[in-house]
Amino acid sequence: MENINLNLIANLSYIVAAALFIFGLKMLGSPATARKGNMLSSIGMLIAVVAGLTAEGIVDFKYIAAGMIIGTIIGAAAARMIAMTSMPEMVALFNGSGGIASLLVGWGTLYAPAGEVVSTFTAVTIILAILIGGMTFTGSMIAYGKLSETIGSGAVVFSGQRIFNSLLLIALIGSGVMLSMDPTPDSVWFWAVLGLSLLLGIMAVIPIGGADMPVVISLLNSYSGIAACAAGFAINNNILIVAGSLVGASGIILTNIMCKAMNRSLANVLFSGFGTVKQGKAIEGEVKPISVEDAYYILEAANNVCFVPGYGMAVAQAQHVVKELGEILEKNGAEVSYAIHPVAGRMPGHMNVLLAEADVPYEQLVEMDEINPRIENVDVAIVIGANDVVNPSARNDEDSPIYGMPIINVDQAQTVFVLKRSMASGFSGVDNPLFFGENTRMLFGDAKESISGVVSEFGK
Amino acid sequence: MELVFLTFILVLSIFLGFELISKVPATLHTPLMSGANAISGITLAGAFLSAGMQNSEYATWLGTAAVAFATINVVGGYLVTDRMLAMFKSRKGGAK
Repeated sequence: MENINLNLIANLSYIVAAALFIFGLKMLGSPATARKGNMLSSIGMLIAVVAGLTAEGIVDFKYIAAGMIIGTIIGAAAARMIAMTSMPEMVALFNGSGGIASLLVGWGTLYAPAGEVVSTFTAVTIILAILIGGMTFTGSMIAYGKLSETIGSGAVVFSGQRIFNSLLLIALIGSGVMLSMDPTPDSVWFWAVLGLSLLLGIMAVIPIGGADMPVVISLLNSYSGIAACAAGFAINNNILIVAGSLVGASGIILTNIMCKAMNRSLANVLFSGFGTVKQGKAIEGEVKPISVEDAYYILEAANNVCFVPGYGMAVAQAQHVVKELGEILEKNGAEVSYAIHPVAGRMPGHMNVLLAEADVPYEQLVEMDEINPRIENVDVAIVIGANDVVNPSARNDEDSPIYGMPIINVDQAQTVFVLKRSMASGFSGVDNPLFFGENTRMLFGDAKESISGVVSEFGK
Repeated sequence: MELVFLTFILVLSIFLGFELISKVPATLHTPLMSGANAISGITLAGAFLSAGMQNSEYATWLGTAAVAFATINVVGGYLVTDRMLAMFKSRKGGAK
């Protein structure tokens, strides 16, 4: 009797937790309520965790306590120490740990209590938890490696890759079927499923280049939710299913937004290395460099200035000095905005976080669709470390590999400053006619130093 | 019946997830992602079973590792999201 009551209370608590997750996610929809939303969601998690601890059959708490202490120390330390510019790597790592946790839960469930047999349905869900969890884990690790540049961030493609991956998938399905017929952890098919799942995660992410990382991160985020969901089916736990599918759905939505922002299908992002394709028209024209001093004179006279940041701003850690220049320009009477392309940076919303770190009020951050109709009113557009997202070839060169991708039309602004280290092309390896435009001025050098230079000119 | 019930929950949750997320502005995509990521650490509630049931020594070790990893995901995810969101400020001044 007591057990039944406890079970009922646990399940009711799960409903409360699920409601808090839902409210939390809803409140994450507006900057004004987002922080409270995250708080609500964490309270939901606390309730779910406490309820989970009361589950029938748990007799020994010391290993649970040990695991939680270790996890809390590592998680809290990582969250405190990470630099905002490294946020994509951090999210990849957290994703990976969620994935491997689901894998381990699935694996542990294979050890049925003495005298019980794992049913075929449970076995299938266990296999899914191992498969998706394992893929999420190794995929996230590769994504981490690419984002932190510990491994090359380019796309790795080799001939026969698709055939190899198809065979891998077939082998995986075959091993899964064999394992589901005799679900024991000692089965050789179990090790096959485990190993192949881990391999699949690696194979799925290596052909994806650095510039496509926003899509991969979103997709892996989705997978980690789906893995939790599969684990929920394996152990018959409602809250895992609800929370897991919420996360799975949100990841898929973000993936879709990212793909649309690049005008590519998900299949195209996943299966073809970018930049290995045909080259667009050769570009004619002259590059016009500009000095810091001349840039200052132009900015001094400008009434409307728009910054267009890209991954280069994160690399140069230039967000603080950019904000400083923005403030000076505002004091000087100019209208200042920051136009952010949906796939600028290495994860969705990457630039927004960096500018928020530098204290730029979020009202000044404008989306692509908002700035494009009034880009002609912009006196100076300052492109900082962005390339493909401002490449006019996407609009008017049908032969360009990025043709059709929506861009921020900075070439239609009165003047464009492009801050760039050198004339090398972007991640996609596509030439950018913007650099040769009539109204374009190139400010070569480190973005942070160039902007600091302009700032000190204003101080004179 | 249990399966039908669980699948019912699954389908409704997916629709709800789509509804909730499609309204989030681009500015908040990173915190949204890391916040959602923290929720996926819910696997923790499942990991307790393996870690605490004393079915077998292996299951206990696997469960303990799962608890540790899921806790990293949960604690790290929520803290880092909070840290990010604390930085989003309005022109009117002050963190919300």
